[in-house]
Amino acid sequence: MIWETVRLSLLSVRRNVLRSFLTLLGIVIGVAAVIAMLTIGSGTTEKVKADISKLGSNLLVVRPGRPAGPGGPGGLDQATRPLGSKELAALVAHLSGARAISPASQKQVRVIFGTESLTSGVTGTDSAYLDARDWKLVSGRPFSDSEIRSGTGVCLIGETVRQQFFGAGDPEGEIIRVNRTSCKIIGLLEPKGYTGFGQDQDNVVLMPLAAYQRRIAGNRDIDSIYVAADDGTATTELLPRVEDILRDARRIPPDREDDFSIRDMTQIADAMASATTTMTGMLGAVAGVSLLVGGIGIMNIMLVSVTERTREIGIRLAIGAHEKHILIQFLVEATVLSLLGGIIGILIGLALAGLASLTLAIPFAPSPAVILLAVGFSALIGMVFGFFPALRGARLDPIDALRHE
Amino acid sequence: MSGSLLITFDKVWKSYGQGEATVHALAGVDLAIRSGEFVAIMGPSGSGKSTAMNIIGCLDTPTAGTYSFMGIDAGRLDRNRRAMLRNLYVGFVFQGYNLLPRTTAVENVELPLIYRGVAARERHDLAMKALAEVGLVGREHHTPAELSGGQQQRVAIARAIVTRPTLLVADEPTGNLDTARTHEIMELLTRLNTELGLTIAMVTHEADVAAYAERTIRFLDGHVASNAVNLEVV
Ligand SMILES: Nc1ncnc2c1ncn2[C@@H]1O[C@H](COP(=O)(O)OP(=O)(O)O)[C@@H](O)[C@H]1O
Ligand SMILES: [Mg+2]
Repeated sequence: MIWETVRLSLLSVRRNVLRSFLTLLGIVIGVAAVIAMLTIGSGTTEKVKADISKLGSNLLVVRPGRPAGPGGPGGLDQATRPLGSKELAALVAHLSGARAISPASQKQVRVIFGTESLTSGVTGTDSAYLDARDWKLVSGRPFSDSEIRSGTGVCLIGETVRQQFFGAGDPEGEIIRVNRTSCKIIGLLEPKGYTGFGQDQDNVVLMPLAAYQRRIAGNRDIDSIYVAADDGTATTELLPRVEDILRDARRIPPDREDDFSIRDMTQIADAMASATTTMTGMLGAVAGVSLLVGGIGIMNIMLVSVTERTREIGIRLAIGAHEKHILIQFLVEATVLSLLGGIIGILIGLALAGLASLTLAIPFAPSPAVILLAVGFSALIGMVFGFFPALRGARLDPIDALRHE
Repeated sequence: MSGSLLITFDKVWKSYGQGEATVHALAGVDLAIRSGEFVAIMGPSGSGKSTAMNIIGCLDTPTAGTYSFMGIDAGRLDRNRRAMLRNLYVGFVFQGYNLLPRTTAVENVELPLIYRGVAARERHDLAMKALAEVGLVGREHHTPAELSGGQQQRVAIARAIVTRPTLLVADEPTGNLDTARTHEIMELLTRLNTELGLTIAMVTHEADVAAYAERTIRFLDGHVASNAVNLEVV
């Protein structure tokens, strides 16, 4: 009986292909939008989380300058004192609950090997940097303590730098020139890929901080200090301790604000993830409105269908159909119609999300739950908006219906 | 034919409208039809024939008076119960055939069986058999548009008898047919009446069509004007 009805409704969809298609447009667009939004949204969230975890987990980043705002970049105004070895030493000496504390100063510098050249992010740091940023070496060795202390011209390079200069070859022991000073490669960093903002994290050269300060920066400043929390310590716990130690080291009187900022990367990750979730939700609501429009379209077409088929309803009633048979027939028809729209919408939505994931370099993350929900939701729309027309058909008086036309 | 009473009207009224504008389509009609009878109903246009037929077929209910069908007070049953009665005991044939468009003959004939919950296979077999009974072998998969008027009316008759009803209600079944086709259909109805013992109530305007029936009831202004056994059965 139900199959009979489903078959019947598919027939009536086929009989009016164009009309059915136009009717379904609302549902198709609504479902496609929802699916695309949610799929792209969850891909973006995944991407953001992956980016932040690439940066290092449970990481605090200290920069000079007052915080510009919650989570925003620290501003470096004229009066700002830079960070230096004094602050680093204070943290190393007094901070508990940290797995790694590492200084980093960075600059875009032209790097040359033979006739090839490349502008790279050159970072002066120490051996704790790799630990702080959860970064591993593919080959070679980290800086030794004596290299760090004396600021020897040695460096670790990222995958992009290797490919530019050595292709697939082994870069170890080669000498590259970094800003008119030469530097011996002692290791190759594990590839990290691009950040969500399109920055190549593998186009880097790491060298001992002292060497960087002397030969490239020409000063003794430290741009940022990375503090990685122990596994048992939350960054939120660590942050006030870092603040206290630094205020002390920089002798900031109690009535003055911090002249440095501490960014909690975990919180930024959560904030960004929840921002994308909010965005997704809002766009989802917009898509919901178009689903409502789609539902009204279904209602309209079902009313037309019931009117057009008044005589058929009369015949069915005369022959012995109960009200519920007619009701079910038109409900099934509306449901099949909007399910059809839903399925087309899901396919289009997934295609759009796939396209977006290719162009935006985010993971394609279709969620079976969301797809199932969309299927259920479009069926529900058919039932809800098909109910009134179906009831109208079922309540027809068989004699009037037979006389119709 | 002297079966038990199948249908009785006891002072049946059917009124439309209110106050001054009230129209009495039926004004206190008494009549009886026995099981197995073939009755023709005649009368001028607007005399209440269709109204009476709708009540007989349990499509409609009287405004006043009692309609009893198979001993059941059918005039006081609700919509769905009357639908069940129709599905079980009544077949309809209309002047305009009333087949579902773009639906094959066999699918049209299967329709009442769907509402009986008969399984697809059996439904198909019964429908094919009914189409054979009305002489439509080879036309089973034609749609109404591909059939002549006479053939369409045969499909409608097959649909009416496929459930083996007790009563066939036919409102001007030959109204749209030419003379030759009219007599073919009437012979078919007569055969169903004698072979299956099907009770038939049929409205017609034509005396030679009414002559196929055993008895003619004449309506005039919502009353039964005359009720006579036909002398010569063709
Ligand atoms: N639904 C209705 N509303 C109002 N008047 C009706 C309705 N149905 C029938 N009538 C009136 O009842 C009378 C009898 O109609 P009907 O039974 O169809 O006559 P017949 O079939 O003999 O031509 C007519 O006057 C007709 O106008
Ligand atoms: Mg009439």
